[in-house]
Amino acid sequence: MTDHSDQPSHFAFDATSEAEIATILAKYPSGKQASGVIPLLYVVQKQMGRLTGSAWVPRVAMDVVAETLGMAPIRVYEVATFYLMFNTAPIGKFHLQVCTTTPCWLRGSDEVVAACRKVTGIKGWKETSEDGLFTMTEVECLGACVNAPLIQVNDDNYEDLDFDSTVALLESLRRGEIPPRGPVNGRQTSAPEGGPTTLTTLNFAKTE
Amino acid sequence: MKVTVDGIEVDVPPGSNVLQACEAAGKEVPRFCYHERLSVAGNCRMCLVEIEKAPPKPFASCAYPAAEGMVVHTDTPMVKKARRGVMEFLLINHPLDCPICDQGGECDLQDQSMGYGGDSSRYEENKRAVKDKYLGPLVKTVMTRCIHCTRCIRFSTEIAGVSEMGATARGESMEVGTYVEKALTSELSGNLIDICPVGALTSKPYAFTARPWELTKTDSVDVLDAVGAAIRVDARGPEVLRVLPRLNEDVNEEWLADKSRFAIDGLRRRRLDSCWVRVDGKLRKASWNEAFAAIAAKIRATTGERIGAVAGELADGESMLALKDLMAGLGSANLDCRQHGEAVAVGRRDFYTFNTSIAGIEEADAILLVGTNPRHEAPLINARIRKRTLAGPVAVAGIGTKCDLTYPVQWLGEGPAALSALGTFGEALAKAKRPMIIVGQGALRRPDGAAVLAACWKLASETGMLTPDWHGFNVLHTAASRVGALDLGFLPEPGGKDLAGMMGGGVDVLWLLGADEFDMGRIGAGTFVVYQGHHGDAGAARADVILPGAAYTEKTGTYVNTEGRVQRTRLATFPPGEAREDWKILRAFSAGFTPLPYDTIEALRARLEQVNPVFARLDLLPRFGCSDHSGPGGEGGLGDAPFAPVIANYYQTDPISRASPTMAECTTTYIAPLAQAAE
Amino acid sequence: MLSDQDRIFTNLYGILDPGLAGARARGDWDGTASILARGREAIIEEMKASGLRGRGGAGFPTGMKWSFMPKTVGDRPHYLVVNADESEPGTCKDRDILRHDPHKLVEGCLIASFAMGANACYVYMRGEFANEAVAFQKAIDEAYDAGLIGRNACGSGFDFDLYLHRGAGAYICGEETALLESLEGKKGMPRLKPPFPAAVGLYGCPTTVNNVESIAVAPTILRRGAAWFSALGRPKNAGTKLFCISGHVNKPCNVEEELGIPLRELLEKYAGGVRGGWDNLLAVIPGGASVPVLPKSICDTVLMDFDSLREVRSGLGTAAVIVMDKSTDIIKAIARLSAFYKHESCGQCTPCREGTGWMMRVMNRMVQGRAEPDEIDTLEQVTRQVEGHTICALGDAAAWPIQGLIRHFRPVMEERIAAYKAGRTMPMAAE
Repeated sequence: MTDHSDQPSHFAFDATSEAEIATILAKYPSGKQASGVIPLLYVVQKQMGRLTGSAWVPRVAMDVVAETLGMAPIRVYEVATFYLMFNTAPIGKFHLQVCTTTPCWLRGSDEVVAACRKVTGIKGWKETSEDGLFTMTEVECLGACVNAPLIQVNDDNYEDLDFDSTVALLESLRRGEIPPRGPVNGRQTSAPEGGPTTLTTLNFAKTE
Repeated sequence: MKVTVDGIEVDVPPGSNVLQACEAAGKEVPRFCYHERLSVAGNCRMCLVEIEKAPPKPFASCAYPAAEGMVVHTDTPMVKKARRGVMEFLLINHPLDCPICDQGGECDLQDQSMGYGGDSSRYEENKRAVKDKYLGPLVKTVMTRCIHCTRCIRFSTEIAGVSEMGATARGESMEVGTYVEKALTSELSGNLIDICPVGALTSKPYAFTARPWELTKTDSVDVLDAVGAAIRVDARGPEVLRVLPRLNEDVNEEWLADKSRFAIDGLRRRRLDSCWVRVDGKLRKASWNEAFAAIAAKIRATTGERIGAVAGELADGESMLALKDLMAGLGSANLDCRQHGEAVAVGRRDFYTFNTSIAGIEEADAILLVGTNPRHEAPLINARIRKRTLAGPVAVAGIGTKCDLTYPVQWLGEGPAALSALGTFGEALAKAKRPMIIVGQGALRRPDGAAVLAACWKLASETGMLTPDWHGFNVLHTAASRVGALDLGFLPEPGGKDLAGMMGGGVDVLWLLGADEFDMGRIGAGTFVVYQGHHGDAGAARADVILPGAAYTEKTGTYVNTEGRVQRTRLATFPPGEAREDWKILRAFSAGFTPLPYDTIEALRARLEQVNPVFARLDLLPRFGCSDHSGPGGEGGLGDAPFAPVIANYYQTDPISRASPTMAECTTTYIAPLAQAAE
Repeated sequence: MLSDQDRIFTNLYGILDPGLAGARARGDWDGTASILARGREAIIEEMKASGLRGRGGAGFPTGMKWSFMPKTVGDRPHYLVVNADESEPGTCKDRDILRHDPHKLVEGCLIASFAMGANACYVYMRGEFANEAVAFQKAIDEAYDAGLIGRNACGSGFDFDLYLHRGAGAYICGEETALLESLEGKKGMPRLKPPFPAAVGLYGCPTTVNNVESIAVAPTILRRGAAWFSALGRPKNAGTKLFCISGHVNKPCNVEEELGIPLRELLEKYAGGVRGGWDNLLAVIPGGASVPVLPKSICDTVLMDFDSLREVRSGLGTAAVIVMDKSTDIIKAIARLSAFYKHESCGQCTPCREGTGWMMRVMNRMVQGRAEPDEIDTLEQVTRQVEGHTICALGDAAAWPIQGLIRHFRPVMEERIAAYKAGRTMPMAAE
């Protein structure tokens, strides 16, 4: 189950992470710091991304989280493997999280998958492209179904995709250009295409 | 609370669950995940029942609180269908490998699928396969068989107190193990095998050895520590193949420590199965007559004052008494049962027993450990203390070498000085209603042992540990024979020599009854040594004559545990070769001198009771308090030396475990890395 | 049709400023202190009178849920936990509240917590909502800075802390007790009930778990009155509701409408109608992945509310309307949901852990037709063996879509099997 091939032998939080941890642990009552396990695993993953370019959670870092929170390491292993957003193996710079659940599938997620495969050369799920840029993961519903189909690239959604716009998205990522997140077709968030048909008669004072 | 189950009205205590109510009504409820001594998981869904006036669906009875007036049905069509459905689910991914599964014949899944399952599966898909996990040298895993009941996770976390097992990943992919493939660091890991309801966790040393129906099962008690756990010895022909715990709520509940369970392969190795006599510096096989003649010649050549006897840690009461009587007949006052010079006070029985009782630990509200590591010296007593710490607030403090006992301990210091500097624990003691002290051998095996013992009693007396209905003073022994030996007075008679006095030529003939734990180099070169015992260990190596005795599985012997509970082993297999039950050897030998006045075990036991009436009370141990605060006299002052641990390697503490390949493997796995790290 | 004046989420699409100033301009945080001044009992009574039913899927009356909390705070603090783990396939309404109208939720958290005697509230947000988390945290920070929450919130004398906690990718954490386990730092495995969270919830303390939308509408209800809210919608199905319209419509979108709006009207008025026209409609899943699918014949007339959809053996769920036109392989659409539930089963209890995998594998064969006709009945029985036998409702949710498929589209499944047997379809690669 555990593949130790890529596992580093050491992990320590850096100053940025330590500051984040202090903020996180202040949220929970004393004695309940175990609540911080998911947030701290995020801190690990972010730090790995920041320092190595691959946002993942090494096993030794789970031990550090356990130590920090006073938990048994196995309880951290359980959490890190239960929640699927924690990558327990190294991943590419851009994590292509492709939703293929029914609402996305109905709107053409097969095309999005095909486009991803074409551009990245990746054949199977959880694989990383040869250039190390892309890892492709099949994910379940991302909760943006009226903007289906979509990909979440690292933290950002790209919505209302089709084959061509997916190709264009990945190619710009490859060039190092990060397009603005949201619908790729210029649509106003979750409003119907062409503009809202409700909330059009209200006049609130301008605040911006 | 009145609950009606299948028309039978039962009265159950508040806090009961529906499953308990069903059992009270005599209704069998199938279950896999539910275990009386573990937290409720409610995950297997096998114990479904129907409850009237509740939503029309089956309820997991283990997880549903019983309520006054509740009407429960365990045999409706809905219940039967639901259980059949759950059973089908459990089996779809369970391999059909019962013919090669060590759990076969004693498998809950097998049994319950017969009782509650259907006759065939409708599952047409491929079955799941799961990679086996490494849990160390004792527990074998076949994880494809795992039904995810999580009993093993709950046992290791809750009872054993080592949070090392868990279920990683999720859903169908969920796998039980340690994730990091490490050996479980628990002295109770063998119990995982018992609580696993299927063949996922089985005994590694016992793998593919026997089927349960081939085994002769003998109820007995364990002697590899001083707890006296109830065991069942399973043998086939002349071989003990496994040892399992038996239920004894007062002692071991239903658990057993790993050494007691797994050291038994030592019973087949390094056995003394004939007499040996040293001729020209070399031991050679001999007949009983030759061996007896050799001893008799030496005894006749000396006087009673120059003869001595030492009883070992596995010796039974019958043989110790026979040896003592033999020595008396020979005019010897030189007896000892203490191989480490440990202090004892025998003025009163409660000076040397575990008076609170093991079950009584659960009532204690403050516990002071002095010179003891109960996790190594008595894992089941340690589990009881842990159970107490889980049940509610209790102050536990220790004086001695810091160690992980699986529960929080406030360490007060390392040596005797801490006895009078209790700090905040003193305040906890003052508030406690039922405080107790546990004095380990580490506190007594030292020159100031008697003073430490006296100081501990004094502390107990002064901190409310001794009341008419509560006896909080406890001595924790490590030797199964010890309390029995003290009850029989296997100590120097007036004017007699103790072990130290018998060393260095203090006696001409020294009779070792299974005594292997002291440094044989201390025996004078000219002393003639008789070793009576079952293993070729230290004593036999030094012996001039070896008399092959019987191990605890090969005789019916009386042992008194650290509580003072009198119990008996039973013969499960016969002693190998020429070996004989030890009292019979002594009786036979005595024929050449003053014959011992008993020819039968019954007569010997009558003599036991005559020497000390405690031997008349088998198995039961009434609780008692302490009204007489006068304590053991302790001469001399307290020293400064820290209390040292008495067990360096839990897995090898006696001739049997030292002969056991399994215990050797445990030593390699668990002890060697520690030694390496210490370097 | 609901008028814009009766819409609660007036920045649903994020056109306006989601920040505190914009929220205030839209009426949020208006007289919050005076609402709190009414007292706990009065607030709960008003919520009861409004007829608001929980917007997370189960539809349990919100005011009644609040009233289950102990009346006085004892040794253990009370908690409000807001379920922002929006993960039900088809559902993306809470996301818009969190990123576009976050102050409605912040204010709702304060009021609801006050009403239940909770001085702290945790919003548990699904991990994938990374940017939504940033947006919502900004609203929390603004509210703290403005003295709206924190010590002496809104000058009411009530101390209130609001914390955002992110999950990390587990649908099951939308189940309230799994959510609490997760918030405590454990795997999201649902708890056995009883005890219920109102007695033993977060950290063993009395806790109420509410959906984002349920909490976010509370301030407006309390400002405009229970009578206003309950006049909207249908009897026992009061008020407005965010609908998420996805799938084969011309213009997928989120929209707020009255409960009880006819499904057809909802699709045609707001989502540009079914692709290829109403007659091209095959089926609709009306309330998120876990409710049974409805064939067009029912969709023609059904109303979108809790009770109407229950009458047709489906459910309003989260009001996530997944539309499928006649080009849809309905078996595959449902099989993909079976894969979803298999993937999201926590694995704790037997029927769900084993049953979801079984159902998925049979469904995958059904997509190909690689099955015997009587296996449809077996499959149906397996769904019944899962349903109602599990610790939480995920088992039911996994069973219902398949039951709906078999109920309404059995002939399609039989035809697929017959076609496969006749060799009319090339067998697909094995799964």
